[in-house]
Amino acid sequence: MGQQEHNKQTLYDKLWEDHLVKSREDGTALIYIDRHLIHEVTSPQAFEGLRLAGRKPWRTDSVVATPDHNVPSDAAERAGGIAGIQDEVSRIQVQTLDENCKDFGIVEFGINDPGQGIVHVIGPETGATLPGMTVVCGDSHTSTHGALGALAHGIGTSEVEHVMATQCLIQKKMKNMLVRVDGELGPGVTAKDVVLAIIGKIGTAGGTGYAIEFGGEVIRNLSMEGRMTVCNMAIEAGARAGMVAVDQITLDYVKGKPYAPKGEMWDKAVENWSRLHSDDGAQFDEVVELRGEEIEPQVSWGTSPEMVVPVSALVPSPADEGDATKKAGIERALEYMGLNAGQKITDINLDRVFIGSCTNSRIEDLRAAAAVAKGHKKADSVKQVLVVPGSQSVKAQAEKEGLDKVFIEAGFEWREPSCSMCLAMNADKLGAGEHCASTSNRNFEGRQGYGGRTHLVSPSMAAAAAIAGHFVDVRDFQKEAS
Amino acid sequence: MKAFTQHKGIAAPMDRANVDTDLIIPKQFLKSIKRSGFGPNLFDELRYLDEGQPGQDHSKRPVNPDFPLNHPRYQGASVLLARKNFGCGSSREHAPWALDDHGFRAIIAPSFADIFFNNCFKNGLLPIVLEEEIVEQLFQEMYAEEGYELTVDLEAQVVIKPSGETHAFEVDTFRKHCLLHGLDDIGLTLEDADDIRAYEAKRREQAPWLFDAVK
Ligand code: SF4
Repeated sequence: MGQQEHNKQTLYDKLWEDHLVKSREDGTALIYIDRHLIHEVTSPQAFEGLRLAGRKPWRTDSVVATPDHNVPSDAAERAGGIAGIQDEVSRIQVQTLDENCKDFGIVEFGINDPGQGIVHVIGPETGATLPGMTVVCGDSHTSTHGALGALAHGIGTSEVEHVMATQCLIQKKMKNMLVRVDGELGPGVTAKDVVLAIIGKIGTAGGTGYAIEFGGEVIRNLSMEGRMTVCNMAIEAGARAGMVAVDQITLDYVKGKPYAPKGEMWDKAVENWSRLHSDDGAQFDEVVELRGEEIEPQVSWGTSPEMVVPVSALVPSPADEGDATKKAGIERALEYMGLNAGQKITDINLDRVFIGSCTNSRIEDLRAAAAVAKGHKKADSVKQVLVVPGSQSVKAQAEKEGLDKVFIEAGFEWREPSCSMCLAMNADKLGAGEHCASTSNRNFEGRQGYGGRTHLVSPSMAAAAAIAGHFVDVRDFQKEAS
Repeated sequence: MKAFTQHKGIAAPMDRANVDTDLIIPKQFLKSIKRSGFGPNLFDELRYLDEGQPGQDHSKRPVNPDFPLNHPRYQGASVLLARKNFGCGSSREHAPWALDDHGFRAIIAPSFADIFFNNCFKNGLLPIVLEEEIVEQLFQEMYAEEGYELTVDLEAQVVIKPSGETHAFEVDTFRKHCLLHGLDDIGLTLEDADDIRAYEAKRREQAPWLFDAVK
């Protein structure tokens, strides 16, 4: 690589170089990990591996743990702590995390600790994840933390063990992709719609092998929470890591967070972080461009996040697809989802609505949903609307703002922080054949419950659908309601 | 980790694109704190006609007669033929654990999702990328011939068809080395412990806020 090229680096190049411990002859590299987040589902076998090999964690102060996937969202069940978890297998898993953290001296925000929450919500909100860090977790949505200008990605359980034992990951450098969203978003269009539109455009494997940097005016104008929503779903486009350059919005967000540097250390950190952006003229292997004005509120109709259309559109027809594998995929998805080709998206009736998950359970998400729900009631045909804050701290803030009351008055249920119906490992599930408007990130078969049918949407679209009983364009809904 | 050198076995189909890890092993089985025992729940929602629960006696459940892996001709299969973007979705290593526990040693597809691909190597399971046309051809030949067997030779990096025809595949040097010898990569990384400590000391100086904040 020429000197000149070397001078112009992407954000990913910089983060990579900053963490490079060693390049090895076989083409792999050892990358140092600054922050390791842990939850109950993907860690027990890693701890067991450490024990069997007689190994200790390399640096316990780099690890933060919390249970989120299995913990009940029901307040009564939750009040009993770990012992109160009714599902025995879930209880053992949460208990095991607790015990492992105690045995190995790892900080854990336990089941009812004020710091508890979905791991990807509590990382940024506590300052446990910071700009310039490498962040890993045995969870694919670790890409969320890239919103802070960090290199963050999901790893498997063997790698969880590897990072605990060595503080490093064996990696090969990924390719660079820039997704630029320029222009301006229309009213009612959110970060969720932006990322769904991106996935619709590049496909679920479009980002495989890449680290994606999200840039352009639209991304720059998003709040930190909006950027987290976008980076969260980088993995749904196949990319292990998504990231956004550090700017004033980042710094304003991070400042004052409990684990963020303070005083002189803060100034030093800010100086260090000011270079965390791609240089002008840096080369990307792939550039994808979208216009903000062209993005409408999105609704997924199928069983893969790329099966997504604007709310004004129709359910696609397999007859229009030339590629045989894709055609078969559309046919199978329509059958599973119980939809007809050419059906209007707004004619899809909902049985349940889920507002939550590491994609959309932060305070701004809840505010957006509450703004739509305020003064309305859920449709009678909708059996249940769950609102599940992403963390104890989000829950407390929402209650302070009275959002819980708005939801309860609208007939929604206000729950305890957990992953809940995002993946239905706790008691919150869809029944077979039920349609759900969900603010989560995956619409895979069975994801929200056996035979359940998931439609991915933004929080405001989910709230509007809960009230109408079917999908509506939240922009019309807001007009009519005002 | 168990070593992988050469393997010959019956091929079986998972004939759809974008098979996600939720489909490979549904979430209710992730509650286990063990690494083994996921085999009976591989592709659970496709294999059985009812909803599976952990701890159940799976031999008593109604099987889906339309699902190929349930057909007698694919019993004992150990090479899985799959389509594009196999293993997309979550990072759950339970997916390769389930495939392994069920008896698969190699998976052949036109492409894989990154995290899944990586997880396979950590468990002695070999994911092989071949061109789409070649995979299509293997599917056709497998469907046409009961008991169709493929041989995978990792050392030579080839898939050998019953006819003797071979298809070369790529695999990176480090992964190949670990797999051939069944090496524990933690042990290998710890050989570089001095480099890690040196890096760490430098990092502590440059970015002290990254250390000791969480205690
Ligand atoms: S909210 Fe959903 S996607 Fe996020 S960590 Fe939990 S289960 Fe995974």
